[in-house]
Amino acid sequence: MKKETEHIVLKASDLSVGYQSKKETHTVAKQINFELKKGELVGLVGGNGIGKSTLLRTLTNTQQPLAGTIHVNNQELTKINQLTLAKQLSVVLTENVSQTNLSVQELIALGRQPYTNWLGTLSATDIEKTVSSLDVIQIKEFAHKKCFELSDGQLQKVMLARALAQDTDLIILDEPTTHLDLYHKVYILKLLQRLAKETNKTILFSTHEINVALSMCDKLIVMKQEKTHFGTPQELISNNAFDDLFPKDLVAFDLDSGSFKIK
Amino acid sequence: MLLIVLVVCFFLNICLGSVSIPFKDVVAAILEDNSTKSSWQHIIINYRIPKATTALLVGSGLGVSGLLMQTLFRNPLAGPYVLGLSSGASLGVAIVILGSSLFGGAFSALLLTKWSLVIASSIGSFLVLLAVVLVSIKVKDTMAILIIGLMFASVTAAIVNMLSYFSTAEQLQRYVFWSFGSLGNLSWNELLILGVIYFIGVLLTILSIKSLNALLLGDHYAKSLGLNIKRSRFIIIIATSCLAGSITAFAGPIAFIGLAVPHLTKLIFDTSNHRILVPAVLFSGSILMLICDSIAQLPTSEYTLPINAVTSLVGAPVIIWLLMRKKKMFV
Repeated sequence: MKKETEHIVLKASDLSVGYQSKKETHTVAKQINFELKKGELVGLVGGNGIGKSTLLRTLTNTQQPLAGTIHVNNQELTKINQLTLAKQLSVVLTENVSQTNLSVQELIALGRQPYTNWLGTLSATDIEKTVSSLDVIQIKEFAHKKCFELSDGQLQKVMLARALAQDTDLIILDEPTTHLDLYHKVYILKLLQRLAKETNKTILFSTHEINVALSMCDKLIVMKQEKTHFGTPQELISNNAFDDLFPKDLVAFDLDSGSFKIK
Repeated sequence: MLLIVLVVCFFLNICLGSVSIPFKDVVAAILEDNSTKSSWQHIIINYRIPKATTALLVGSGLGVSGLLMQTLFRNPLAGPYVLGLSSGASLGVAIVILGSSLFGGAFSALLLTKWSLVIASSIGSFLVLLAVVLVSIKVKDTMAILIIGLMFASVTAAIVNMLSYFSTAEQLQRYVFWSFGSLGNLSWNELLILGVIYFIGVLLTILSIKSLNALLLGDHYAKSLGLNIKRSRFIIIIATSCLAGSITAFAGPIAFIGLAVPHLTKLIFDTSNHRILVPAVLFSGSILMLICDSIAQLPTSEYTLPINAVTSLVGAPVIIWLLMRKKKMFV
């Protein structure tokens, strides 16, 4: 029994997320429960404005939970110091970084910052980790290109390589497939799947590609107005978790094919 | 490479002036202390070297403070002059010089010492920087911050105008001369104080190199890399005020150096990595400032142009050219 709890990388119990101001508390989503194990690829799905980004911001300690707890590697998130957390959790955000004149390799090396000295000098290990994440993501051919020269798809791979170089148990990605064409969407998700299997990292990402996520993720977190579901795709389908994900006038979940169809 | 250019510019700057001194005599005066003419020796030790050293500190200090502000605000157009720090300093000085008559007799005599100008302009620029930082926490839009900086400048100009209306011709002249900017008015003692503050500013900057690189990715990424954002920001702001504030205090407002130097350096070195940029900006800032000062001397003539005008004439076209290239400007 004890051994099993060691494998849980990220755990949310009775979590409520939202915004708190002096006057009022605005709860975006509540009663969120899930446990992510090592090496799992987990998708976070839900309609626009349901609170996916709010949940991810809370999980990455950018904002405080309203209620409930989050544990990263069996430690409570709010009690882990910033630098220790940086060695356990890395992120890929939707923020634009192409304003900077850094080369791909320099950008990826920034992922080593939690491990470097006060001046940011790269040790042999740091360089090795940087190069190996270039290898894993297969972007060696543009390691010396500038970030602003890259396409959206290439830049997304670079940001993923940066997170990988940070060498954390858990990687959280906020909508890594937006702005990408269908080929690159599937490519990135395949890459995430391979990373989870090969490196045994836990990867959590939010996405609007429910059909693709259904076929590729080990588990899914489905956010809806009244409740948040968590389970394997099969469990969720048999529990009819997708039935009321969207208003029923335009799209509906087709049980036979296990995907959404346009009416 | 840069070091050689810097040394050459330094000596060239010492040679040039209302009295031209041959290069070998300059070297002799510095190294052996028995130059052929004792008047030359006097000029070199008491005027030319302090002035060249001031130019070196001013150029590199303003360049670095510009670089810090550009990264801090993630805005390629940020700089001490553009964001209104110099205006804040001007306001402080204007109140002291032009408003001194309002405070009356004995007190005004006390106010008009050189040190009161230094303190007034430091306080002025620090307050403006503080205001800009507070605004930037509320307003995320980088263009808006620049416009707010411009507004600070117009409010300052308006207050200075009002003060001028009520002051005597003598006071006005004093203020106008201060606003020309000057590198040549510093004695060795004053230079020492400027040097100490400059050193603190540069030291804090070097300590911030790692966090500056993380901040290139934006606050959220920087935080996810384990950076203490609040502390790093605070250190960067202190470094900026030390450099920009003390330089404006001693040398008057110097336009565009803080904005132009980081961009020229980024253009030459083609990187955003602060481990390269910080030392490179220190060098190229000094070089550009020494060149501007040499131009201001109008070699072999007795006249000296206001240094603030020269840096504007050199700096403004550089910025316009950078914007016209249609290539992206980087933070």
